[in-house]
Amino acid sequence: MATTRSTARTHWVALRAMLVLTLLLGIGYTFAVTAIGQLALPAQANGSLLRSTDGEVVGSRLIGQSFTDAAGEPLPEWFQSRPSAAGDGYDGGASSGSNLGPENTDLVTAIAERKARAAELDGVEEADVPADAVTASASGLDPHISPEYARQQVDRVAAARGLDEAEVAALVESRIQARDLGYLGEPTVDVLQLNLALAELRG
Amino acid sequence: MGALFAILQAATVALVLALAYRPLGDLMARIYTSDRDLRVERGLYRLIGVAPRVEQSWQVYLRSVLAFSVVGVLLVYLLQRAQAVLPFSLGLPAVPEGLSFNTAASFVTNTNWQSYSPELTLGYTVQFAGLAVQNFVSAAVGIAVAIALVRGFARRGERTIGNFWVDLIRGSLRLLLPLALVSAVVLLAGGVVQNFTGFTEVATLTGGTQTLPGGPVASQEAIKELGTNGGGFFNVNSAHPFENPTAWTNLFQVVLMLLIPFSLPRTFGRMVGSPRQGLAILAAMASIFVVSLTALSLLEAGGAGTAPQLAGAAMEGKETRFGIFGSTLFASTSTLTSTGAVDSMHDSYTALGGMLPMLNMMLGEVAPGGVGSGLYGMLVLAVIAVFIAGLLVGRTPEYLGKKLGPREIKLASLYILVTPTLVLTGTALSFAIPGVREDVESTSIWNPGVHGLSEVLYAFTSAANNNGSAFAGLTANTPWLNTALGVAMLLGRFVPIVLVLALAGSLAAQGKVPATAGTLPTHRPLFVGLLVGVTVVVTALTYFPVLTLGPLAEGLI
Repeated sequence: MATTRSTARTHWVALRAMLVLTLLLGIGYTFAVTAIGQLALPAQANGSLLRSTDGEVVGSRLIGQSFTDAAGEPLPEWFQSRPSAAGDGYDGGASSGSNLGPENTDLVTAIAERKARAAELDGVEEADVPADAVTASASGLDPHISPEYARQQVDRVAAARGLDEAEVAALVESRIQARDLGYLGEPTVDVLQLNLALAELRG
Repeated sequence: MGALFAILQAATVALVLALAYRPLGDLMARIYTSDRDLRVERGLYRLIGVAPRVEQSWQVYLRSVLAFSVVGVLLVYLLQRAQAVLPFSLGLPAVPEGLSFNTAASFVTNTNWQSYSPELTLGYTVQFAGLAVQNFVSAAVGIAVAIALVRGFARRGERTIGNFWVDLIRGSLRLLLPLALVSAVVLLAGGVVQNFTGFTEVATLTGGTQTLPGGPVASQEAIKELGTNGGGFFNVNSAHPFENPTAWTNLFQVVLMLLIPFSLPRTFGRMVGSPRQGLAILAAMASIFVVSLTALSLLEAGGAGTAPQLAGAAMEGKETRFGIFGSTLFASTSTLTSTGAVDSMHDSYTALGGMLPMLNMMLGEVAPGGVGSGLYGMLVLAVIAVFIAGLLVGRTPEYLGKKLGPREIKLASLYILVTPTLVLTGTALSFAIPGVREDVESTSIWNPGVHGLSEVLYAFTSAANNNGSAFAGLTANTPWLNTALGVAMLLGRFVPIVLVLALAGSLAAQGKVPATAGTLPTHRPLFVGLLVGVTVVVTALTYFPVLTLGPLAEGLI
């Protein structure tokens, strides 16, 4: 009987401790961080949104988009993002990688097809197509491509838009983000921001 | 050039950890040995009804840990079941029973295995009032148990090993809360979101629409890494740009995961009155870490296998901004601590590269391991190492002035048997039980061939070692895997805790034997080498056969 009573007492203490800690660490802490975010860093806290020149929100500087038609075919006048496994592609409500293993024939076939298509679209050799152009990212929302993949697309985009190749090439070079602090991660090009700048060129 | 940047990146992490080692280790020693309570703590003790100066025997300490965890499982379970009526639930329905059990077990045990896709399953209230709270308290429980074991080594002839409620409250309030608050603001500045807006539709540049998620992410992200929990706010965890936007936030998260586990050896050294004993433990942890990180980075940079070779690099399932090394650094950190967060998809790693995270977990999460659990795991291995050294030279083994008799060795031996038993039994049953086997093969496994076995082996390794990472192609939201993995997580957490607290009690009750010429010095490189050897050999012997059936078969044939 004594042990039953002390076990019950221990659980009563445990329950009160859990409730108090839920108030402090769950609700108090979360709302404190939210307040700091909304007051001091509202742009970041709300998703680093990007606006077009007419002020409409067109996406987030952190989340990639597809630049394809309704059938999923690449639109030649836009720089293309990486392949995506999030929903039908770049679905911010369903982040996902492909999770296909290195020997999975589905993945091998997909890479071979993407390689052939990218080479054809951009008029380059298959062997020169960079890896990021033919592999799906971890999140399915990768906003970046490698500088190599961006450069590969310059001639095709310029041709589709009737722009000078040198002008588009210069735009790409100006949009290459160096490694953080000069040595962290990899150099990247943010595709949505590049395409926004591209739209300005035309205007 | 790439190699140079990789080394610089790793060196930055090492430098920050080295700078934090003494101050943070000493701070934790003070937190857990101080006689003074803060005013707010005194209020809390009155509110929950405990007397902070009353010390507990190991049995009472254990009962408190278990009671607190039972309540935690129930609360997280009920919150999920009640989701439909909770605020900020984004219109999502109640989570089904099996999945609610699995998730409750997962977050209370500091595993953070996720059978679900958060975007489609969980509203904000379950995340911040259920999961984030467990991120704090499961971490505080892990540290408390480690500190109790350290007290066992430090005390002489005492019946008690501390007061669990005091250790819990102090760990939460004095250590984790301030660190999490600062880290959350840093992550916010880097672009991690923190709002309650739900999903928003935006019109894209090409005239389509895109859904953008929201949520109180930064607050949860900070404690997710700091407490080596690892449960992502989003499906793809730290690969999601809203959880981990840049290469520097990636490095910051790596540091957060390693900060407490790598500083606890200092706390241990201080509390047993010999900081160099802590350095020896640190050296063993760090050498395993460096070797494992190097191996994984070389394997992924090498990019062996049909798909990576064809693509030109192992970039499937990796983000451009992190690159190969940002991904392998995160993966090694996450699986050598018990975090289990991912910034890249381990399922798509090269065959041998994908084996490394598995091996990291199989080591028992000790290099440096989870917050607290890494230290107590390594101290148990140190007990085994001392015992083996004693056998070799024919002397009674002693560690830190404590005789390691039959009781201590039995407890330590049982400890190292628990997780391998769970991993191998769980994997074997998944392919042995009629009905279950067909379900696992047709529903759960995503990749064909031996890679499918690796997915199941990875899942049980992750659950039993309380890591939480996955070969995420596996569909784990099935009755069998939700139940079996849930049970593996609970047993993999609490059976070792029972054994560790029993060991703490038995050590605390002993006097201290003076060191003699025959005592093995446990602060020298010889012992560090022995400890690393014991850690590796125990793992290798246990798991080599099953690894030959999965990743080794895929990578070498």
